[in-house]
Amino acid sequence: MRVMVLVKATEDSETGAMDPAWTAEMMAAMGRFNDELRNAGILLMADGLTPSAQGKRIAFDGPGRTVIDGPFAETRELVAGFWLWDVKDMDEAVAWVKRCPNPMPGPSEIEIRPLN
Amino acid sequence: MTAGDTHQAIEAIFRIERARLIAGLARVVRDVDRAEELAQDALVIALSEWPRTGAPANPGAWLMTTAKRRAIDAIRRDRMRERKHEEIARELDGGLDGAAEVIDAAMDDDLGDELLGLIFTACHPVLSADARAALTLRVIGGLTTDEIARAFLSSEATIAQRIVRAKKTIGKAALSFETPRGGERAARLASVLEVVYLIFNEGYAATAGDDPIRPGLCLEAQRLGRILAGLTPEDAEVFGLLALMEIQASRLSARIGPDGALVPLSEQTRARWDQLLIRRGLDALARAEALGGDGPYALQAALAACHARAPSWADTDWPRIAALYDRLRAVTPSPVVDLNRAIAHSMAFGPEAGLRNYAPLPAARGDFLFRAGRRAEARREFEAAAKLTRNAREAAFLLARAGACD
Repeated sequence: MRVMVLVKATEDSETGAMDPAWTAEMMAAMGRFNDELRNAGILLMADGLTPSAQGKRIAFDGPGRTVIDGPFAETRELVAGFWLWDVKDMDEAVAWVKRCPNPMPGPSEIEIRPLN
Repeated sequence: MTAGDTHQAIEAIFRIERARLIAGLARVVRDVDRAEELAQDALVIALSEWPRTGAPANPGAWLMTTAKRRAIDAIRRDRMRERKHEEIARELDGGLDGAAEVIDAAMDDDLGDELLGLIFTACHPVLSADARAALTLRVIGGLTTDEIARAFLSSEATIAQRIVRAKKTIGKAALSFETPRGGERAARLASVLEVVYLIFNEGYAATAGDDPIRPGLCLEAQRLGRILAGLTPEDAEVFGLLALMEIQASRLSARIGPDGALVPLSEQTRARWDQLLIRRGLDALARAEALGGDGPYALQAALAACHARAPSWADTDWPRIAALYDRLRAVTPSPVVDLNRAIAHSMAFGPEAGLRNYAPLPAARGDFLFRAGRRAEARREFEAAAKLTRNAREAAFLLARAGACD
């Protein structure tokens, strides 16, 4: 089954104000984690997103379309990065996510959503 | 990690570690069956301890250490049985530490290489292709014998016996569980790729109404292909096979019509092709080509890619497909390749090109008729083909086949 694994944004990822030394260390750990995913044959795709300040939203209301510029307020609902994995079941996905290094300097969340 | 991990969560962790665990243990105890048992023992211990203590930070290392301890205990017991008591005391002081060190050193080897070694062993040419497929699905894919039996439309007893025999054969042949090097490597790798593609094709041949485990074989094979690509980043044919499987799998949902019947490539709704798999396939093909890929898998992947890139059947790059079939025919000649090559040439250069002066078409027809037992018709086709070819050697071959029809 395919799952999308979403790294949720935090105030830190939204402002982009992260300590370079911490970032370098996290990126190295994340690189090792991605290698593991690849060698296990489950990694289909992975990428990080820029802060929502660089994003846009298009609001739909009947025939109306309104473009809203970022940044967006509800930080904890935003996505900072994602993977697409091919796993046998949700248990396997959960076991892998538990091994992921914390992608943020403070508390953070990763969400797993199976694809249709 | 927290205490109170459920059995389900622990089993999920074990599934991730299982193949590498067996690979590491097999290299030490030189016995797949024993390695599987030791890994299973480690799981049982984890199931009793982790709910209390929580899963360790490095569960793979924990499981390996635990299984290793069991292996050492077993060696100790064996020696107890073999030797007199007074000798045992001396043994415990000296020799056993040595044995433990040997095991430690073996365990410190690169885990990826151990997994690759196990894949090469499970796919050793000393085993039949069926045995290789069953054993690979068991020890690398982690499928149960029941699942493998259902996947291959066989009985559980047959598969279980096949796996037991395969393990015994490996033991008798005293295989080293190592990744072959040098000249041996290419032949052994071909044996591995053959098994992976066999598993994929078994899944691809599944039809509506089959046990869902059957189409799941495609995913197992793709996963194996991806693992191999991660472990052998310099082998063009590994990427060729991976590309071929990813692109073929991209059409899995488009090739079954609403009535459950197979839809030929020319009739498929291309919007239903899985673009992610196509992209992955094209990336793998680019890698294969960068590595100089000109083997049968890379060529077949290049053919599949022509279709994947084409907006429609009519707008397909048929001259390129014809050229690729020419190349494939030189690398792996077969009647099926001949037939497809004839179709490609007719698509590229008009049906006249396919019909006129085109030896492979009657040659392929002759081969099918021959195998159908329609010898007289087969002979006429081979003779027609022999007249059409301008290659003397090929003409002689075709006339010999015509002669064999009597």
